[in-house]
Amino acid sequence: MNVEPTVFELSSPGRVGVNLPVSDVPERRAEDLLGPANLRDDLPLPEVSQVDVIRHYTRLSSMNYGVDTGFYPLGSCTMKYNPKINEEIIRLPGLSELHPYQDEEISQGILQILYEMQRFLGEIGGMDAVTLQPAAGAQGEFTAMMLFRRYHERVGEGHRHIVIVPDSSHGTNPATAARCGYEVIKVPSGPDGCVDVSALAEELSDQVAMVMLTNPNTLGLFESQVNEISRMVHDSGALMYCDGANMNAILGISRPGDTGFDAMHFNLHKTFSAPHGGGGPGSGPVAVKNFLAQFLPVPVVVDRNGGYFLDRDRPDSIGRVQSFYGNVGVIVKAYMYILNLGPEGLKAVSENAVLNANYLLNKIAPTYDVPYGRRCMHEFVASAKSLKASGGVRALDIAKRLMDYGFHPPTMYFPLIVPEALMIEPTETESRETLDGFAEAMLAIAEEAQSKPSLATAAPHSAARARVDEVRAARELVLRWQKTGD
Amino acid sequence: MPYIPNTDANRREMFDSLGVRDASELFESIPDAILLNRALDLPGPLNEVELRRHAESAATRSADLKTYTCFLGAGIYDHYIPSTVSAITGRSEFYTSYTPYQSEISQGTLQSIFEFQTLICQLTGMEVANASMYDGATALAEAALMAASITGRREWVVSKAVHPSYRETMKTYAWASGCKLVETTVSGIETDLADLESFVTENVACVAVQSPNFLGAVEELEKVERIAHKSGSLFVICFEPISLGILKPPADFNADICVGEGQSLGIVPGFGGPLLGLMACKKQFVRQMPGRLVGATVDAKGRQSYTLTLQTREQHIRRERATSNICTNEALNALAATVYLATLGKQGLHHVADLCLQKAHYAADAISRLPGFEVPFGSAFVKEFVVRCEEPVGNINERLLSRKIIGGLDLGKFYADLAGHMLVCVTEKRTREEIDALVECLAQ
Repeated sequence: MNVEPTVFELSSPGRVGVNLPVSDVPERRAEDLLGPANLRDDLPLPEVSQVDVIRHYTRLSSMNYGVDTGFYPLGSCTMKYNPKINEEIIRLPGLSELHPYQDEEISQGILQILYEMQRFLGEIGGMDAVTLQPAAGAQGEFTAMMLFRRYHERVGEGHRHIVIVPDSSHGTNPATAARCGYEVIKVPSGPDGCVDVSALAEELSDQVAMVMLTNPNTLGLFESQVNEISRMVHDSGALMYCDGANMNAILGISRPGDTGFDAMHFNLHKTFSAPHGGGGPGSGPVAVKNFLAQFLPVPVVVDRNGGYFLDRDRPDSIGRVQSFYGNVGVIVKAYMYILNLGPEGLKAVSENAVLNANYLLNKIAPTYDVPYGRRCMHEFVASAKSLKASGGVRALDIAKRLMDYGFHPPTMYFPLIVPEALMIEPTETESRETLDGFAEAMLAIAEEAQSKPSLATAAPHSAARARVDEVRAARELVLRWQKTGD
Repeated sequence: MPYIPNTDANRREMFDSLGVRDASELFESIPDAILLNRALDLPGPLNEVELRRHAESAATRSADLKTYTCFLGAGIYDHYIPSTVSAITGRSEFYTSYTPYQSEISQGTLQSIFEFQTLICQLTGMEVANASMYDGATALAEAALMAASITGRREWVVSKAVHPSYRETMKTYAWASGCKLVETTVSGIETDLADLESFVTENVACVAVQSPNFLGAVEELEKVERIAHKSGSLFVICFEPISLGILKPPADFNADICVGEGQSLGIVPGFGGPLLGLMACKKQFVRQMPGRLVGATVDAKGRQSYTLTLQTREQHIRRERATSNICTNEALNALAATVYLATLGKQGLHHVADLCLQKAHYAADAISRLPGFEVPFGSAFVKEFVVRCEEPVGNINERLLSRKIIGGLDLGKFYADLAGHMLVCVTEKRTREEIDALVECLAQ
């Protein structure tokens, strides 16, 4: 595929992409209104016609791979199909053209959706109260961690300064803990892939604030001793946090709130089908048990005599974590998805997601190392360790080669405890035929890795680009387009 | 089921191939005691026809800005969105993709982010911009955290003329990270420079002001800059992107970091989200910057290519030593802003900013001539200004609403000493007719 110039290189003086109205009020000089010292001399933006804009970004879109393009088994990211009805619904002016400061009395439709969504998520998580404010999973973690700190301060335990995470945790968990000034202690996973409970027990003390677990964990395994862990952690005075990134495995089957977790976040852009948008926007609501509800960020949507209002008068609140009430546009899509599927449909999502993952695991397991056995939840981790040892083909090469077969690669090199990891999450929205096709590609690549390793090590051959030089990007650090000579 | 392609027959074969009876066997690792064993207490399912009807019914129960004329701003603005924006953001190659970790099949997202970074640099005059933060509030809080890590200082000084929600968010982040937030007073509707100066010591990581500020006033940034840099603090400017179509950019005031809310750039008000956090800084601070960055490079065949870079700052590599915990950002809204800025370009953005300026001044002049109303502060403004009202602002807004006009913000809810004041916003979308109707209705 050819190189697409940047929009700056397409620029030609005098062009514009939209015609806007001329002023219908008496014209005054900007110098007089703002003072000459406040005015800028030059506005170096590109100048392109509307045709240029549309063709340029349309050509760029053809160099992208989305869920609508094909199978996207990116582990821990839940790249399921995004129902088109929700994309239409969110364009209704009564759901999108709303100002956050317009009176609550004239915002009842949207407030009702937010109010009901708080309840839906509480029910799905087995929790008592919900804030929709966090903009993403990582901000959900941040919010919950601050709720825990406020609680500990209130009960005279504010000195607790340690957060325990398993070595298989998402990177955001330790990063959030550090951001909040906590010391991070990593506990190992046992040979079965679950948290080593005795190692965890040894780390518990009156200095530990919380334990963060992802359940099912990032190896795609349910932490079956979660109840014992919760009891132990609570006995030590610490709290339990659930990273809900993997909720797609257990909708309507098991609830974090029933297994001792005190708080959790949801990723609406994973589990509840809101599209990922090339990296966002997401939405990371936090659900908590009653004893934490008073600390939730302001405002919370409440029902007063059949009307819905934003409750800002919450003296124990940790404060605000976002400009307004959360990523409402994403929340509405997730809400519509829940209504669309209903309780049985949500359960079917998890059953099918788990079935698809197990089916795929068993198809590729004879050829790829699967360090944690032949059963998984919604995702599993395979390893290219043996292939690397025998023919030099790494997980990275397999990922790139999959592009030639028309698939998006799995998550690579995560979790960190599996060498040459390929983390595969098919989701429920894929058919058996698609899974078969992917498995065949994986097996063919393993074969090639022995017979002609260069096919993988030099892959991709048919993508928009050959292997991209990331080292050079970091060394030269060209982070914006500049006119040659500038 | 439309989103679950496998049929009962498919499932049967798949179960057989796994040697299990049914799905319940696949969940055997979950102890019986913690299985839910009842249906979730949720409504639904609604088929697509019912769902659409439900959504349309909910949509009728709020006053939308297509039906109502909006003079409300305060951080979220009713600007015109050119048709190009949804034509591009609605392409599912963009909106159904993930973070572009796999460069070879993500050049569309990567190049558009590279262009976004460049456009934000052109707009602000800064050297580096990242791929977006959540919103203006968190971008400002992250800028303060960044300043703390660069300077090794723990105090943040912020003007009370900065958006109240942004300050509240900063307060939460300051508490979380063991920093101290100091808010300085407002004189008239501008930052009180003497008060600000009195708090800026060698313990201060950053001095943050917004311009135009929450009250619409253009701040005296060159004076703030001298105060900030005198003590070695970083100077953080919170900007409004449309106003930069006409106003001097942050780099001209020697800002170290600048942040802003990008919603004005082609993103619907959306009841306040999702938004677009903008962040740019001097190149010397790039390694302390939070969030994703796209860099230019080449592929194995020497072709111009783009990739995520400096990922060693980020949580998925650096974990507890990352510059921030941010992972998911607001990429699709960054794409909207990219298309918006490309569509308007040099002429268009200046034109939009100038239309706001002209119309807002037309409105301010007309309102100031009404008995019972005054535009009491002489500060320069672009699209928002403060009106003093004899009648309670709530009463006025109720009257406006009956004429399908959403009036300005009741400032008394945010600033006790500005009770009886209204913050009025006039964008390029407001016609002279609409402004005249507002003025007429105010006069009643």
